[in-house]
Amino acid sequence: METEFTPFASLLGGGLIGLSAVILMASHGRVAGISGIVSRILPPAIDTKGLPQGLTFIAGLLLAAPLWFGFIGQAPVVTISSNMALLGLAGILVGFGAVLGNGCTSGHGVCGISRMSGRSMIATATFMTTGVVTVFILRHVVGG
Amino acid sequence: MHFFSTLFAGLFFGSGLILSGMANPTKVQNFLDIFGTWDPSLAFVMGGAILVTAPGFWFVQKRSTPFFHDMFHLPTRNDIDARLVAGAAIFGIGWGLGGLCPGPAVTSLPFATSGVLVFVPAMLVGMSLAKLTALPSRKTIPA
Repeated sequence: METEFTPFASLLGGGLIGLSAVILMASHGRVAGISGIVSRILPPAIDTKGLPQGLTFIAGLLLAAPLWFGFIGQAPVVTISSNMALLGLAGILVGFGAVLGNGCTSGHGVCGISRMSGRSMIATATFMTTGVVTVFILRHVVGG
Repeated sequence: MHFFSTLFAGLFFGSGLILSGMANPTKVQNFLDIFGTWDPSLAFVMGGAILVTAPGFWFVQKRSTPFFHDMFHLPTRNDIDARLVAGAAIFGIGWGLGGLCPGPAVTSLPFATSGVLVFVPAMLVGMSLAKLTALPSRKTIPA
């Protein structure tokens, strides 16, 4: 299914994500990596000291969609696969891979690249590549 | 102030994801589908984020400490090891399969689409599993 190319909304939305990363660094000295923030408050070895901060950040994330709905009056377009087994597998791989590789799209892709981290550049290039290959197989080999 | 800063950071992050279209898994998969229905929007999201974050981090780190904490927690490692590459590779496969990564997945939870309700618990299990496999080699377990 095609989606509309939205350079301006995407650039502006990206800017908001950047603003969030700068706020978190300025206030708590933390990198805004969502996989890190979420996984630190999960067992085993829960980061109890960082728990209140982590939960508050996640509360903010969860508030965004209802507020958006309240202001705009309609939910944003969300189309997602209806294959639940596939999404379950995708979830496990995303969670496992992000923690194993110390970061996801936000931690490596935004914050890491902004810090000119070599590790983050390698990680971002790697997940972009396997993502492209996976979608190619999913849509053009298996589903094609 | 302490909690407001984190709450607003989360709120801006989620709003940015929704505004940029990244809460829509099909749009993310279309970015990765360069040989099909390619939608380059995600590159603009990363570009916009880096344009703000890079100078922002540089400016903030001219301070000796953050406003509400005693130190900056910056990743210090610069070695490229197998875990980093394997983890990123696995992450990318899951990202391609579902079109979701952790930020958009958590942000989309309130929409309660069945796909996200399956994806997020699975993601949390995956994270815990990775922590479990990583822990023993780094920490000594008390007897």
